[in-house]
Amino acid sequence: MSDILSIENLTRRFGGLYAVNDVSFTVRENEILSVIGPNGAGKSTLFKLISSFLKPTSGRVMLQGEKISGLAPHIVARKGVVRTFQETTIFRNMTVRENVIIAHHLQSEASLFGYFAGSANARSDVRKFGQSADDILTLLNLDSVAYEMASNLPHGSLRALGIAIGLATNARVLLLDEPFAGMNHEETMRTVNMVQGVRDRGVTVLLVEHDMAAVMKISDRIVVLNFGEKIAEGTSTEIQNDERVIEAYLGIEDESIGL
Amino acid sequence: MGIEHNSDGSSKAKPAGSSLAATSLKIVGALLFAAFVLILVPMLINGAERWDLYYTLTSVALLSIASAGVWLTFYIGRINIGQAAYALIGGYVSAILVVDYGVSFWWTLPLAGLTCAVISVFVGLPILRLRGVYFAMVTLVFTEVAKMAALALPITHGASGIANIPLPGALEIFGLTLIPDFNTLENSRYAFYILSVTLMLLCYFMMYRLVNSRMGRLCYSLQQNEELASSIGVNITYLRLVAYAISSFLGGIGGAIFAAISQSVYPSSFAVADSINFMLNCFLGGLGYVLGPMLGTFVLYFGWDWLFQTGKYQLLIFSSVLIALMLILPNGLLSIRLWGKKS
Repeated sequence: MSDILSIENLTRRFGGLYAVNDVSFTVRENEILSVIGPNGAGKSTLFKLISSFLKPTSGRVMLQGEKISGLAPHIVARKGVVRTFQETTIFRNMTVRENVIIAHHLQSEASLFGYFAGSANARSDVRKFGQSADDILTLLNLDSVAYEMASNLPHGSLRALGIAIGLATNARVLLLDEPFAGMNHEETMRTVNMVQGVRDRGVTVLLVEHDMAAVMKISDRIVVLNFGEKIAEGTSTEIQNDERVIEAYLGIEDESIGL
Repeated sequence: MGIEHNSDGSSKAKPAGSSLAATSLKIVGALLFAAFVLILVPMLINGAERWDLYYTLTSVALLSIASAGVWLTFYIGRINIGQAAYALIGGYVSAILVVDYGVSFWWTLPLAGLTCAVISVFVGLPILRLRGVYFAMVTLVFTEVAKMAALALPITHGASGIANIPLPGALEIFGLTLIPDFNTLENSRYAFYILSVTLMLLCYFMMYRLVNSRMGRLCYSLQQNEELASSIGVNITYLRLVAYAISSFLGGIGGAIFAAISQSVYPSSFAVADSINFMLNCFLGGLGYVLGPMLGTFVLYFGWDWLFQTGKYQLLIFSSVLIALMLILPNGLLSIRLWGKKS
């Protein structure tokens, strides 16, 4: 597997605080890579930097040799790196199907005014997006709620909708923000299958997550952050046996804190 | 000041058969409405000999064009209290070109709209990134800035404004008279009425098309969640600018015809109060409905006139009723229709 994304010495400072400090790692094509770490470790900031919602203080993000950090978020999306959000971030007052249809934006052949005027491209776009949306909704078991208002969806389906939106963008790299947060075991397992389904469609998945069981099960590799710095990187077995990771999660032996 | 939004019923069209029937029903409804305002209303006015109603209804039509623009900025999630500025600019562009340069009114009309659209791009570029009350405040101030500019600039003739604007001349294309010279008409008020109502119908037809096209859904996605729109690849800066430019274009068109009817334009022709009214029209009619601002303008304009008989209590009653309406019907007058559908 070749590298698709490489994060090089990425640093982001807020005032005197280093939210992300000199973090480097690479993401291989078509893998599922999880970024974990205790609260405040800089995971969300890292995601914002990769999707270019934030500009790095220093360092850069390269997509197959092309620098994408510093570009506008919609340009980064156009190049194939798409970030989905936590469940509250959907188009609430649209139906589930409309949410997925609108997310096909990057595959538009018609211009803005083409849609207004109803050009041939616009009509074929609308037809294609509708079909593709129906496919995606079926894949993620959302077809039964396709015409529900997104704001009426239960928790678990909202998460699936977030993934559906990500899929609809036809992204090469999908950044998933805590896809399993607040789920029970059964919902988590269903979502794990969903994420694997996404990967099987050829998408590279990068996710930030708290749920260790799910992360261990799903990830090809894991990157661990603590206080903005990368402290470990490896497969789930390697991570589980890494002393610095255990330290970060369980705390340091009491004598070294000096209690 | 969240913009609660009920999605238009049309977007839910699921079974193909019934949506076809609904579409033809809409077309019939639109044609009936056009026939009503273009034929029946003038007949009624002539029958009752209430010629003053021409002027009133023309005003409603023009104000509702400008309000449609404000509604579009609401649709992308921005509270716009600056439309009076564009109406003023449109009025001045048309008046200056007609009076000082002898350009035909019919050329100045699109030019007024285009000038506003161009100005709105430069104004919008820095301010459209603001949200909520911050954007609202800046647009409010912009209304005042436009008035000050009209007072100060030499080209606008300062406080004395531009009076004695001639009535629109004939519009001829290849020797064919499309619109006769308003001076030769017996009743120029009727001509203005037809012109304004026709433009209003055209404007709302276009707006309906826009909102129900994918372009409209993209605009709506901005209102729902700009971050997500951006992350699915929508160029939100560009889309916001386009929507704002269309909005300002409509403001300019409305203002230009207003100047032509009143045959004058002054720095105070459109002021902050008008900007607020444009916004209220949208609120009152319903932010979730394309036709909302049209109904809102009508009700607000006539409601205000009708309350004139209450003398000094006019403003008190008017504002109390408005507050009550916003509490009872936060989604506007047109949301009543939806209640009926649900039960």
